[in-house]
Amino acid sequence: MQALKTLRSRTVVLPSTNIDTDQIIPARFLTTTTRDGLGASLFADWRYDGAGRPRADFALNQPAARGCEILVAGRNFGCGSSREHAPWALLDFGIRAVISTEIADIFRNNSLKNGLVPVIVDGATHEWLLGNPLAEVALDLETCTLALPTGITVKFPLDAFARYCLLNGVDELGFLMSKEAETRAWEQRRG
Amino acid sequence: MFEKVWDRHVVVPETADTPAVLFIDLHLTHEVTSPQAFQVLRERGLPVRRPDLTLATMDHSTPTRTEQVFGNAPIAIESAAKQIRELEKNCAEFGVELFGLRHNLRGIVHIIGPELGLTRPGSTIVCGDSHTSTHGAFGALAFGIGTTEVGHVLATQCLLQRRPKTFAIEVSNALAAGVTAKDLILGIIGRIGVAGGTGHVFEYRGAAIRALDMEARMTICNMSIEGGARAGMIAPDETTYAYLEGKPRAPRGAAWDEALARWRTLPTDEGAKFDRTVGIDAATLEPMITYGTNPGMVVPISAHIPERAGDPAFDKALAYMGLTAGEPIRNQPVNVVFLGSCTNGRLSDLRAAAQVLRGHRIAKGVHLLIVPGSQQVRREAEREGLDRIFIEAGADWRESGCSMCLGMNGDIVPKGEYAVSTSNRNFEGRQGVGARTLLASPLTAAASAIRGRVTDPRELLNG
Ligand code: SF4
Repeated sequence: MQALKTLRSRTVVLPSTNIDTDQIIPARFLTTTTRDGLGASLFADWRYDGAGRPRADFALNQPAARGCEILVAGRNFGCGSSREHAPWALLDFGIRAVISTEIADIFRNNSLKNGLVPVIVDGATHEWLLGNPLAEVALDLETCTLALPTGITVKFPLDAFARYCLLNGVDELGFLMSKEAETRAWEQRRG
Repeated sequence: MFEKVWDRHVVVPETADTPAVLFIDLHLTHEVTSPQAFQVLRERGLPVRRPDLTLATMDHSTPTRTEQVFGNAPIAIESAAKQIRELEKNCAEFGVELFGLRHNLRGIVHIIGPELGLTRPGSTIVCGDSHTSTHGAFGALAFGIGTTEVGHVLATQCLLQRRPKTFAIEVSNALAAGVTAKDLILGIIGRIGVAGGTGHVFEYRGAAIRALDMEARMTICNMSIEGGARAGMIAPDETTYAYLEGKPRAPRGAAWDEALARWRTLPTDEGAKFDRTVGIDAATLEPMITYGTNPGMVVPISAHIPERAGDPAFDKALAYMGLTAGEPIRNQPVNVVFLGSCTNGRLSDLRAAAQVLRGHRIAKGVHLLIVPGSQQVRREAEREGLDRIFIEAGADWRESGCSMCLGMNGDIVPKGEYAVSTSNRNFEGRQGVGARTLLASPLTAAASAIRGRVTDPRELLNG
């Protein structure tokens, strides 16, 4: 996992609420055994028409969206299945952070484990972001703040351990493996 | 009850800086969310720490046509066949027990755990699949995890977790005839919304829940995730113990008595506090059916599709569904009916559908696909002659798997067609590109197949 301390980018906006993981990456693209190349299938049913041509009116297809690393989405983003292919596809496409008022539990967990930052903001900030696509914003993981071009800065919640992992680019497996003695003791206690 | 299960599995307690390390009693895996996790183990030279607590099956992308499962016909989708071979290879290499494609105990991961007696009260169960919540029906703490976490559990048998909040769902009175557990959980989701349970574990309580058999309880817990909760639990009771006793891998003899004594201490203590509570009167419920593109967009079958002015997401959902606000949902034409999935693919679900279908033929032009949840369910259904009833009614009777629930194996709803489905998700494209899904109970699904229109099953059951 790549370390991430700050991120400055324009935003791409998908205002729909309850965007589920079947939209982020439809199931027919899950018959893969690696995690590479999933960006091509990101939002496949929204991005491409029946003949596989990009739909000009879809936000991610607009030329201005190229290079945007921050996605602003409607409430309850990432609901549905546990497929980690959803954050993999977003990352492979180039998205490093998702902003919403609510982000579904499993998706949020999966994102953090791959260096995709889930950012929960208040309703007013969210409104502003939805209304101002392509705004240049800045995320700071040291201070857990999001700075808007209006000069307003808001704090967002981020679990201390997840923040540590993101800032240092370390994954959790190492931490878990360091608890082997405790795990063994627990197993013995239980018998 | 949640706290008791949690506390008994904490290996290292949670602090402000680090989540708790939680021990996992049972890890179920399948072909779609495991390949990248096994790859991580291979890259780091790690073994599976507790293969004895790990079980693999194949269900998501497997074929349901008998000739592709048992005959010589090739699996239609090459990438799916590759995924299946990959799981076989991984299980052989890491010493994990696998119910392969032709195994007589194979089935949907959330159906086989209970049916083998591996799903036990008070245990922690995870799987790289969000409907792992199903196992909570036994008073287990069971939740879905991502592939990275699958790797964590394979390597350490532990997971890092922050303690979720608790949410009591009190269901009073009893369900009326023709109204099932599926209708109850759809009614609950309609009430609290698809994000209502985010950050929480549900505990379903009350007289209506106690009256349900284990398979109905599994249907309820299965859809906890559709209400936003990662897990849903029901306290174990005599119904639970009677179900488990004698199951092939349930404890036996002295071990059974010991387990039983431990399980009896699990139910939530009198006066325990929950972070949130909601009350539902089961007696007021009708058969429920969805009309939109998430499970919270649901109405009683006699109701009209609601109107919600000025909500673009709502308008978009109805446009996708090709339905009009203010119209009755009843009598909407239906092209496909899917009976199956980890929500409603158990024997009792097939029996319920058979009760409606017996002596009828399905409407012309309707495709009724019936996919048992496991090979064991399939065999039991055949022993009871349910397959004859289905086939005589004009249904397509298949081998077990997830099938049309997510359409990975090629069993899909054609573009633009309407499917009454007993599965759990009606998201855009879930059952195939452009598919229009109406979620309902097995009774409603069977009745709708007969009429070729959305039908209240009570009309057929009563005469
Ligand atoms: S039946 Fe459907 S919901 Fe259940 S495990 Fe399979 S794909 Fe997931």
